[in-house]
Amino acid sequence: MTDFQQAQQTDFQQKALTLAGQQESPAWLAALRFEGSEQWLNADWPSRRTELWKYTPLQALQKNTSATWSRVLPQGVGSASLLTVDALRLVFVNGVYDPEGSNVGIASADHTSVVRFSSANAEQRSLIEKHLGRIVNTQRHLFASLSNAWVQDGVLVHVPRNAVLEKPVYVVYVSTPESEPVIANHRLLVVLEDGAQAELIEHFVSDTQPQNSFVNALTEISIAANASLQHYRINLEQEQQIHIGGVHIDLQRDARYSGFTIAEGSTLKRIDYQINHRGNGAHASLNGVYLPRNNQIVDYHTNVEHWAPHCTTSEVFRGIIGDSARAVFNGRILIHPDAQKTLAELSNRNLLTSDKAEVDTKPELEIYADDVKCAHGATVSQLDQTAMYYLQSRGVSKALARTMLSFGFINELLQELPQVAVRNYLQHHLTELFHTGTALE
Amino acid sequence: MLEIRNLNARVEGADILRNLSLTIKPGEVHAIMGPNGSGKSTLGNVLTGRPGYEVTSGEVLFNGQDLLALEIEERSREGLFLAFQYPVEIPGVTNMEFLKASVDARRKHLGLPDLSSFDFMKLARETSKKVSLDAAFLKRGVNEGFSGGEKKRNEIMQMMLLEPSLCILDETDSGLDIDALQVVASGVNAMRDDKRSFIIVTHYQRLLDYIVPDHVHVLAGGRIVKSGGKELAHELEAKGYSWLEDEVA
Ligand SMILES: Nc1ncnc2c1ncn2[C@@H]1O[C@H](COP(=O)(O)OP(=O)(O)OP(=O)(O)O)[C@@H](O)[C@H]1O
Ligand SMILES: [Mg+2]
Repeated sequence: MTDFQQAQQTDFQQKALTLAGQQESPAWLAALRFEGSEQWLNADWPSRRTELWKYTPLQALQKNTSATWSRVLPQGVGSASLLTVDALRLVFVNGVYDPEGSNVGIASADHTSVVRFSSANAEQRSLIEKHLGRIVNTQRHLFASLSNAWVQDGVLVHVPRNAVLEKPVYVVYVSTPESEPVIANHRLLVVLEDGAQAELIEHFVSDTQPQNSFVNALTEISIAANASLQHYRINLEQEQQIHIGGVHIDLQRDARYSGFTIAEGSTLKRIDYQINHRGNGAHASLNGVYLPRNNQIVDYHTNVEHWAPHCTTSEVFRGIIGDSARAVFNGRILIHPDAQKTLAELSNRNLLTSDKAEVDTKPELEIYADDVKCAHGATVSQLDQTAMYYLQSRGVSKALARTMLSFGFINELLQELPQVAVRNYLQHHLTELFHTGTALE
Repeated sequence: MLEIRNLNARVEGADILRNLSLTIKPGEVHAIMGPNGSGKSTLGNVLTGRPGYEVTSGEVLFNGQDLLALEIEERSREGLFLAFQYPVEIPGVTNMEFLKASVDARRKHLGLPDLSSFDFMKLARETSKKVSLDAAFLKRGVNEGFSGGEKKRNEIMQMMLLEPSLCILDETDSGLDIDALQVVASGVNAMRDDKRSFIIVTHYQRLLDYIVPDHVHVLAGGRIVKSGGKELAHELEAKGYSWLEDEVA
């Protein structure tokens, strides 16, 4: 790139890069960090004309130029509510590993392993070098380059050939306000070898105080032949929390990915999923829920690419948008020429519970193979009037009827969740949210 | 109990009920029969306040109160119940949750204490047994994927739980096999007393063999064109409605 083409960097880009440069990280990650820095610095900062950021302004982030990063484990994690689940648990607070809250930290003795990059052995290190930054689609995920530039620690979940991870891996990312706003860079890499099986729960949570941090969280997942992953990504942070996240998944032959994600809104919350069907017969399902209210915004961009034949995708997203909140859903499915016999379905349904609520939904199908079955659809509506009447005709008040229908609309996806701890936690959380919240007015 | 005077109502700009008058005393069972599209369901919808059903004139007194001035949910809490011809499916809301919410509302209105979840579950299980609905249905979404007959039994279960003072059954017998029909009939009969009244909308004499009405009315063209005792139902079964239209014309 010549000087002439060099993009105009924003203050935030420079500031973030400076902070990234201050991170202490093992020498073997230096190449990735260098690559990331280059990309981040040369990236065009999104504007209203940038297709991928059309509806989601980054102002809230740009203001954040006094940001720093957390050097010590912050205090006062207590009020964040966690799942009750028997799991291999790792806790990070504002990006700093919390050994007290975690119950793993070193490689376990058997063949399966959950390990931090900083304590990876030689074999694990070579796995990380092989995959980290190689699954992510940086073209569609600007903040991946910042993540690469910053990477200092992270978590590797590695399940060897035909092994089954005995417990779910539960990674908790806690945010808590500090005197200066902080940037927390979270990095997770999942490598499932042939025939391996695992369950992963990622939980982004904050205490209830107004937050001042920016979380940039990138997860890369490699699922080899016939391996399978059950993955939950829960984003329930206080509404001042800025969150930009990405999940990037490569699926090899007959691999299976089953994902669920839920997000409440914030001043800026953007989550990208990239799923690549790279081997024949892979299957991916991804269900998602978003619930912005007040003045919050939440933006989901999903991009599923079918590169190989006989793969299937099923994607269902539902949102309830209240008050003056805004949601963006962009679901793209791209069928490349070799991906014959693809079956792909995408549905997005939205409930607007206020006149000022907004949603921009855009399912996109791009098909370059001729023998495929694809369907997609998006709806935006109010609560079902017939159902409202039915409930009221049984004495249920209008307000409670709305609450019940809104809960029901989301609960249809929750009740299918195989992990009972997640299901219970979310059902409880939503019941409280709908009963106390303004989400329904 | 219920007094309808010269009720006119329209739906989607069309006048459906025309000068309908009907008086129901406590403890009475009235059957309403009549051709398709004559306005039978419209009457139930208007009485329960369904959106889109507009009363253009007339009045309705329910236990001396102006029924039409009440909100939908208030009518229910006051003791009005409609068993729907086409019960509504609500995926994601469990039947149990739904039943509890409605019973809570009614009890609160009557000044009764809330039932604990445990007591309510017990009551709901007992009641589902009475309508031969497996308790597993309590955990499913409201009417979600229920067969026609299961939906109707679910309606009767709600009626039993709410103990309304006026029950309107809109073709609850349609599409029921004989066992289910007996379940419905014995449910109604068990609830009959000298205070509770029923309006039974049906096309078939069969149900009225089990639930013997005090009065039978024929609704045609939005008004009651003939009223009589239980024999009228037999006559209608034998002759159809056309002779009445001749009579009215
Ligand atoms: N929501 C509606 N929108 C438009 N027309 C309606 C609506 N509800 C009822 N109608 C019309 O009003 C008339 C009376 O309908 P209603 O359902 O009351 O008949 P019914 O006597 O219950 O008939 P059935 O025996 O078939 O159940 C019909 O012509 C019907 O098409
Ligand atoms: Mg009808």
